[in-house]
Amino acid sequence: MSDPSSINGGSALAMVGKECIAIACDLRLGNQSLGLSNNFEKLFQFGDKTFLGLTGLATDVLTLSETFRFKNNLYELREERSIEPSTLANLVSSTLYEKRFGPYFVGPIVAGLNSKTNEPFICGFDSIGCIDFAKDFIVSGTASDQLYGMCESLYEPGLEPEDLFETISQALLNAVDRDALSGWGAVVYLVTKDKVTKRVLRTRQD
Amino acid sequence: MDIILGIKVEDGTIIATSKAATRGISVLKDSDDKTRALNARNLIAYTGESGDTVQFAEFIQANIQLYSMRENDIELSPKATASFVRNQLATSLRSRKPYQVNVLIAGYDTKTDTASLNWIDYLGTQVELPYGAHGYAAFYANSLLDKHYRKNMKIEEGLGLLKLCLKELETRMPIDFKGVYVKVVDKDGIRSIEGY
Repeated sequence: MSDPSSINGGSALAMVGKECIAIACDLRLGNQSLGLSNNFEKLFQFGDKTFLGLTGLATDVLTLSETFRFKNNLYELREERSIEPSTLANLVSSTLYEKRFGPYFVGPIVAGLNSKTNEPFICGFDSIGCIDFAKDFIVSGTASDQLYGMCESLYEPGLEPEDLFETISQALLNAVDRDALSGWGAVVYLVTKDKVTKRVLRTRQD
Repeated sequence: MDIILGIKVEDGTIIATSKAATRGISVLKDSDDKTRALNARNLIAYTGESGDTVQFAEFIQANIQLYSMRENDIELSPKATASFVRNQLATSLRSRKPYQVNVLIAGYDTKTDTASLNWIDYLGTQVELPYGAHGYAAFYANSLLDKHYRKNMKIEEGLGLLKLCLKELETRMPIDFKGVYVKVVDKDGIRSIEGY
C-alpha cells in the first residue's frame, strides 16, 4: 500500500531489433487508486539515439530526469559529442549508487544505438544502480510481471523496425491492461540508424 | 478533509478553498483562507499538516518576492514558480522532518498568454492539469469534471462548473466545510469572487 515504487504507477519497456531498438512507456500518473494525469511521459532523450526510461515514484522520476539532463549537458560541453548508451548506463548506475542507503525509488531502463557502429544497446537497473544487461528486452514498472510474460511469448530476435514496433506495442498494451496502476495511453520511440520515430498509441481508458 | 480545488479555463485559472479550519472533531474557524499570493499572477493554495502549511506557503511567498526584488522586478513565470515549489518539497522529503504540505498553484503567464494549474503533493509529485484537487474532494470533483469539463471554457462557465462541484461536495462530504473562498488568476492578476 505505501510501497514508494507503486504509489504513482507506470511501466516501461525496451526491445532490441535488427540494427534498431524500440523503447515504450505508458502515460498514467496516479495517486494510489486515483488517476491524476494521462500525459505523464517517462522517457527522456539523450543525444540523437539514446533514451532513458524512468518508472517508480514520480517525484524521483522528476528529480532524476532533471539530474541526468544536467549531467548530460555538462558531458556534452566537456566532450563535444553526444553520450553513448553504454556511457549513460554507467552514469545512471553510479548516480543511483551514490544514494545506496537512501535510494531513489525508480526502475530505470536505457536503450540506444552506438553513434559509430549503430550497435543496439539496452539495459535495466535496480533502485541502487545494479546494471542488468540484456540482448533481447528489458521491462520495468508496476506491470513488470505482466511485461515479462508478454515479452517472453511475443519477442523474437532480429526483427525489422516496423515488426519491432508492432511487437513492443502489443507487449506493452496487453501488459498494462492487466495492471490497475498502468495504462491511460502509451508512447513508443523507434530508433534506427538515421531516424527516431515517436508514435502515441490509442489505448483503453479504464 | 480540507478542500482545495482548481479549474483551468481558456483565459484564467479558478481556485476554491474551504473556509473551515478543523482540528480533531472541532471546527476552530469558519473564515480560514488557505491561499497566499506569490506575485501578481501566481496564487498558491495549500492543505496538509497544520503549522507546516502556512509556514511553507509564506516561505515560498517570501522567496518568490525576494526574486522579483533582486531581478529588477521580473516576475517568476508559473512554470518556474511550480518548479521551485516542487524542488523545495522534494528536497524536504528526504530531510529529518519533511513538510507535509500539498499545493495547487494557479498562474497566468503574460509572455505566452496562457493560464496554468499545477498540482504538487508533499512528495514533490508535480503535474500540470486542466483541473485538480487534493484529498477526498478529488474523488468527487474529478469524476464530475471528467464529464463536464471542456477546453476553451470562459471564466463564467468555469465558475458554473465549480458550483456544480461544490453542490456535490456539500452533499457527499461527511462534515460541513463552511463554504469556500473563490479566487481567479488571469491576465489582470488575482481577484476574489464573492458569493460562495
